[in-house]
Amino acid sequence: SSHEHRLNFRKSKEACLSYIQDALLRKQWKRAAEFLTCYVESLEKDYSREHIGPSEMIWRIGTEILWHHSQSSMKEFNCFMEQMKTLGVKRYLKVCLEHVFHLLCNGQIDEAYQNLSLAESWRFGEQTAVQDKEMKLIEAYRGLLDYYSWSKQKNILLEHSEDGFSDLAVEQEMHSYFRKAAVNLKEIIKIPGVWDVFVKCYVDLLEFYGDHNEARQVLNEYAYNSKFPSNPNAHVYLYQFLKRQGESKKSLISALKILHDIVPSHELMIDFNTMLQKSKKRKKRRLGLEVIFAALDYAGWKENAKAWSCLARQVKQIVISEKHLDWIKQEWDSRKDWWPAFHFSRYLAKRNWQENKSLSYEKALVAGILLGKDCKYFKYVSHQGCKAQLKRFRILKKFVNRHNPVYLRISG
Amino acid sequence: RDFNERCAQCSEVNWGLTDGGRFYCRSCHNVTERTREVVNTDFLTNSRVQTISKGLRKQEKNDGGCEWYICEGFQLILKKQAEALEALGVCSQMKDEILCNFWRCYLQKSKQAYCKRPAGETVKALSVCESSTDVDSDPERPSLLHLLSLSESEGDLQTDCSFASSVSKVSESTSVYSGSVDGSLYLMKNQKEKLRMTMPMTLSFCYMALLWLREPITLSELLRFVVEGHIPYMNVFQHFPEKMKLCGLDLRIFCVESWPVYEEVFNKMHELAAFLDLPRFPDITDSCFLHPDMLCMKYLMEANLPDELHNWTCRVVKKIGIGEVDFLTLMPGNKSTRKVKYDVLAAAVIVVVLKLLFLLDDHYEWLLSEFAEERNKNNTEGGPYFEFKKWYEVVKQSLDVEQKKLDEKRAKYLWRCEKPLFYSVKNKSKALKRRQMVVNLQNQFGKLSGSVRCAEKPNPSSFQLCWSEENTDGSCFHGHSLKGVLQEKRGLLTAMNPDYWLCTIKLCNENLCGHLAHYREVEFPQSYHFVLGLFSFLLRIQPSYIHDEVCMIEHKLFNKKLYKKLKYNTVLRK
Repeated sequence: SSHEHRLNFRKSKEACLSYIQDALLRKQWKRAAEFLTCYVESLEKDYSREHIGPSEMIWRIGTEILWHHSQSSMKEFNCFMEQMKTLGVKRYLKVCLEHVFHLLCNGQIDEAYQNLSLAESWRFGEQTAVQDKEMKLIEAYRGLLDYYSWSKQKNILLEHSEDGFSDLAVEQEMHSYFRKAAVNLKEIIKIPGVWDVFVKCYVDLLEFYGDHNEARQVLNEYAYNSKFPSNPNAHVYLYQFLKRQGESKKSLISALKILHDIVPSHELMIDFNTMLQKSKKRKKRRLGLEVIFAALDYAGWKENAKAWSCLARQVKQIVISEKHLDWIKQEWDSRKDWWPAFHFSRYLAKRNWQENKSLSYEKALVAGILLGKDCKYFKYVSHQGCKAQLKRFRILKKFVNRHNPVYLRISG
Repeated sequence: RDFNERCAQCSEVNWGLTDGGRFYCRSCHNVTERTREVVNTDFLTNSRVQTISKGLRKQEKNDGGCEWYICEGFQLILKKQAEALEALGVCSQMKDEILCNFWRCYLQKSKQAYCKRPAGETVKALSVCESSTDVDSDPERPSLLHLLSLSESEGDLQTDCSFASSVSKVSESTSVYSGSVDGSLYLMKNQKEKLRMTMPMTLSFCYMALLWLREPITLSELLRFVVEGHIPYMNVFQHFPEKMKLCGLDLRIFCVESWPVYEEVFNKMHELAAFLDLPRFPDITDSCFLHPDMLCMKYLMEANLPDELHNWTCRVVKKIGIGEVDFLTLMPGNKSTRKVKYDVLAAAVIVVVLKLLFLLDDHYEWLLSEFAEERNKNNTEGGPYFEFKKWYEVVKQSLDVEQKKLDEKRAKYLWRCEKPLFYSVKNKSKALKRRQMVVNLQNQFGKLSGSVRCAEKPNPSSFQLCWSEENTDGSCFHGHSLKGVLQEKRGLLTAMNPDYWLCTIKLCNENLCGHLAHYREVEFPQSYHFVLGLFSFLLRIQPSYIHDEVCMIEHKLFNKKLYKKLKYNTVLRK
């Protein structure tokens, strides 16, 4: 209609919201509060057609403002949250949960626990079933806090036993927390999701009480069940567990394989490569080379001396044995266009030499093999090293010179 | 209410019925000895009175409410608006004579009171207390959903789903809910026939009365005063007496959630004037405030333009005859004359004058300004030459500040009032709870707002932008001279600018598409847009309305030339 420009309730509130949004982004909490005061009367209008209604807006915006505003106290914050809980039954548990998070951030663990317990006992007809997921989360977090209490008791117990005391009361409390925690944690990790903190705590509990089988099963599920989202940490946890258990290299290697696929730049790749290099199986050694090259593709690894030493060791070993040079060639083919500038520039040579001689040593070896004795990096470093009369650099120089033909075979 | 005598005590005509069937004056509660029976004989065919005597409805409801009709509500509102206008300085004649009589005339013509009701029409008004069985058998009673779907131009309440969903559960056998007696009937009535009363129409009444008295308040000012809160409009129903319970469908009528628009109030006013068969309004002569010469002076001052421009506006007004009494005075029902928007017209005249002198093609005006600047350097005597550039910078800065303030005010506007609104008893407790929560939250976040929230209304002022000649920073241009843009030719001062561009070559047919022209910012020079924007802000209307008037004026001004050269040029030489 021709009166579309007229100011009505809806347009006025839309404008109000955009002022609030602007103020929030600029961290102008007073101004945001000012406009929110004007916005709240939207609660009296029905917005059931909109995606996000005013009650949710007010909850989220109000939380932000009260959390950051200098004049706002925790008491006010809690009071506000209680009001928000009454505003929307469909959101009740979500509001409870977020409230708990805020309390935890503020260090109010006891209050958080109380709120969780309260929320757990909430029932509201069919809403209880609809908000089942949130309920599980609430139970899980309570379980987490129970774990935290268990942990505290455990430490007290250990202290006492060191001092020679045995404390039955503490022990019993500890066990009771364990039971409470275990029940809830076990439940949540059954549901596909990312539950790192819950899994870690649960496994910790299981290990303490000696239930290694259950622990292993939990970790395997978490890592390998395809219903769960792909999660690098799952594999890390499994690997760490297996290592603690003293498992064979074979199972350790298999635990890290998927991690390499998902996160080639993960810090455990060094361990992985080290294990693979030593393996008797050819495929594994081949994989090791792939792994270490892939890790060094990432900028974060450029100055990792350990990684370079792994690569250097393996490359050296291959060159000396004169077997499987094609492995190096395969890995180098896709990298020869950019690794020289990325790793082996003259500038880097200077810098590496200045900052970390070991690093420059390892890199020089690799550079010398891959790019030949005439490459900038090797020339500079080996020259500097020999000038400084460091023995290993002299040896390095000889080695590379001797195996220079290898470079020709690789690059050709 | 069908009783026309003035009250002995307060001279008001505002009657109600007591329990005993006597008439009492609502204004001063003076109870008369006149009883219903006496009056009944005169109005036998008035079925409203019939149903009262049949006793179908209780006089007083359980909750302390009384019966009231929609038009009573409007009457109260009009009264309050008139009082507010009086407080603003309008003469008391307006309230006691003019507006009052207009209203009574309206009631009579729309057959809501002071008349015999035609026999065929029966009032099927229902109140909340009744779940009358005789209603069930009535096939013509509209469904609740039908009433809800009636589009109201003033209310957004049809979007209120909670009402819809709660009402849809109500079966046909229960009544339509409204606090007033005839709320549902009111919404059903055929709009076209009887010019049903609406909230924006109250302002039309006010404006009509102001125009009749030729008071110095333009329609745009009136509407601005309404928005600023000096004249009751939004939430005025909260001042209804306690006994008048407002709920259900009454809300659709009295609770508006949008500000009325100039065009709407303007058009309705003319419809109303015709409907009431009013005679020719008092003459608007050149000594009236509403005359273009006067209004131009005001707007020139407000726009910080040189006083000398007034000569030019008067010349244009004279040339195209828009200062004539017959052009300006309202003749209700006369469809052939174009309705005059006094304020928009005056603003448009100024825009045309600016175009005449400065061309406003984003080029020439700046050249002229540079030229004036040069001359100002050597100018020692008399006032400075008017420099368009300086004026633009000063005014734009102020305008931007004011616009920003206005935008923020609009975003912060509080639409609801203390009185909780609810559609049905079911909703009442929920509505009250919500209201309480809103108040709590307002308190909580209000405290965190830091700086004082101005809850006070700004003082009503006729001028929004003020420029003082006492400012030494040269930000006031009233006294500046137009010598820089004028030249003498044969003893007459004419504009140096030889050119003019028309906003549009051909005017649209207003009756068909509602406008004389269609304004799109991108098609016109920035300077023109700026000038339109300035007056658009001052009058609180869309730039396109001013543009329409500008087109109209231009076509009158260049009538002869247009006629001759229509096919050839878009730029004419004067």
